[in-house]
Amino acid sequence: MIELPNIYPIFRRELRSYFNSPIAYVVIVVFLAIIGWFFTSNLFLINVASMRIVFELVPLIFLFFVPAITMGLLAEEKKSGTLELLTTKPVRDLEIVLGKFLAAWVLLAAALAPTLLYVFTLMPLGDIDLGPVITGYIGLLMMGGVYIGIGIFASSLTENQIVAFIATFLVVLGFYLMDKVLIYAPEGFASTMEFLAIDYHFSSIARGVIDSRNIIYFVSMLGFSLLLATASLERRKW
Amino acid sequence: MSITVRNLTKYYGEQKAIDDISFEVKTGEILGFLGPNGAGKTTTMKIITCYMPPTSGTVEVDGLNNFDHSLEVRRKIGYLPEMNPLYLDMNVLDYIEYSAQLHGLDKRAIPHRIKEMVHVCGLEEVRHKDIGELSKGYRQRVGLAQAMIHEPDLLILDEPTSGLDPNQIVEIRNLIKQLGRAKTFILSTHILSEVQATCSRVLIINEGKIVADGSPQQLQQEFQGAETLTLEIKAIVENPLEQISPKLRGIGSVNSVELLSQKDSISQFELHIEKGADIREAVFQLAVSEGWVVLEMHRKSTSLEEVFHKLTTS
Repeated sequence: MIELPNIYPIFRRELRSYFNSPIAYVVIVVFLAIIGWFFTSNLFLINVASMRIVFELVPLIFLFFVPAITMGLLAEEKKSGTLELLTTKPVRDLEIVLGKFLAAWVLLAAALAPTLLYVFTLMPLGDIDLGPVITGYIGLLMMGGVYIGIGIFASSLTENQIVAFIATFLVVLGFYLMDKVLIYAPEGFASTMEFLAIDYHFSSIARGVIDSRNIIYFVSMLGFSLLLATASLERRKW
Repeated sequence: MSITVRNLTKYYGEQKAIDDISFEVKTGEILGFLGPNGAGKTTTMKIITCYMPPTSGTVEVDGLNNFDHSLEVRRKIGYLPEMNPLYLDMNVLDYIEYSAQLHGLDKRAIPHRIKEMVHVCGLEEVRHKDIGELSKGYRQRVGLAQAMIHEPDLLILDEPTSGLDPNQIVEIRNLIKQLGRAKTFILSTHILSEVQATCSRVLIINEGKIVADGSPQQLQQEFQGAETLTLEIKAIVENPLEQISPKLRGIGSVNSVELLSQKDSISQFELHIEKGADIREAVFQLAVSEGWVVLEMHRKSTSLEEVFHKLTTS
């Protein structure tokens, strides 16, 4: 059971703290600069009017972007001791995790939003198929959500933000690479690994088809990681 | 608001932090937790505030078990943890508002409560500053403000005056006293004068066990040893050691007399008296009959410091 009025203040505080510090701006600017560079060079030098490069590049950038925005979410509160204060307020541990998750997710969406400009730029230039673009963005949000869930879990395990960053990066990198190393996988494992690979599900969504398999994957991955983070907070009670 | 703690035991791994603690706190009591570092004060407080469960035993706040009714219990408690953790990047008003929201206060009531807390805790001057810019004394006030924003019936303060300068300690202590009416307090400290100044009851904990329980006066009486009386007398005598001391020793229940200092006609004595005896009147009568002038007479009984020292060193 969760109550929105309990989640809201946590969400709001976390989002404010992102935008009160330079971290959010630096991360967003770097994010947009990298994507902008590749998008424009594709457009002007190779003369390709397509969003494909964006959807190929963003999952890669997320590998760094997400750990950077999630590393402090719980680790910092553990270190400073404010987590003790927060967990003795009348809010559930799951609500704390959800509030923080939503804040990071909104930040991720805010970083992604300016790239919609590229879509509007391209529309008069070529015949853009809007379907895959829309599903592509949905896929990016889902993928980012799963990454954030993993990041919060990692952040709940340590007091050290750097450790949280590296752990998150390694785990999401693993999920990202999983379908790219299938040829090395032992026989019988390949199909399982493919199903676990996040990029496999993302690219299928980004092609314009949202399959229930993909939805089930993203929802269960996200749910699982958030539950792990909650359990990790509750570990003090064991 | 009453608290019942029954047979509380907590292990951290193999290490026993508290060992079968039981006590009750009644409405309106200001309970002081005393004990050396690592005695289990903070652990007990963390269990009462629902931060972590005990290994065994129960805590009931107003008849509600704090494990089964965790959220309800937490709503009734205001807590200031040890070291007073705060979000240094938030400004004072935002932080108090955040606490109010976490406590689920009514939206319309929040601005008024914030105003009140800012006023009561003396935060007017710094209310727009970031908490990170504040001095320790102000941070402590912010900590108290967040603990009291929802008008809790029970306030648990873990070392509320640690690290403050003497003036700030007095300020915080007055604040607690001022707020203390009709509320129940549990506060831990190792400053004994603080306990004497604020608490109506003292629990002394050592190595996870309660070793003493009572009002500060009760404890002093209970653990009282021999008393001493310091006496300063002006008398024109050549040798006070011979001419005054024996007469003083002649008073009943005086065990020994010591001459501390002598300058011109003023001599200072320390009299060791049997436990419980009061000889001040006899001393005065003697002085009158001998023609001495009593400049100072001061009775010293066992201080809480000594009680504490006796109980917590083995």
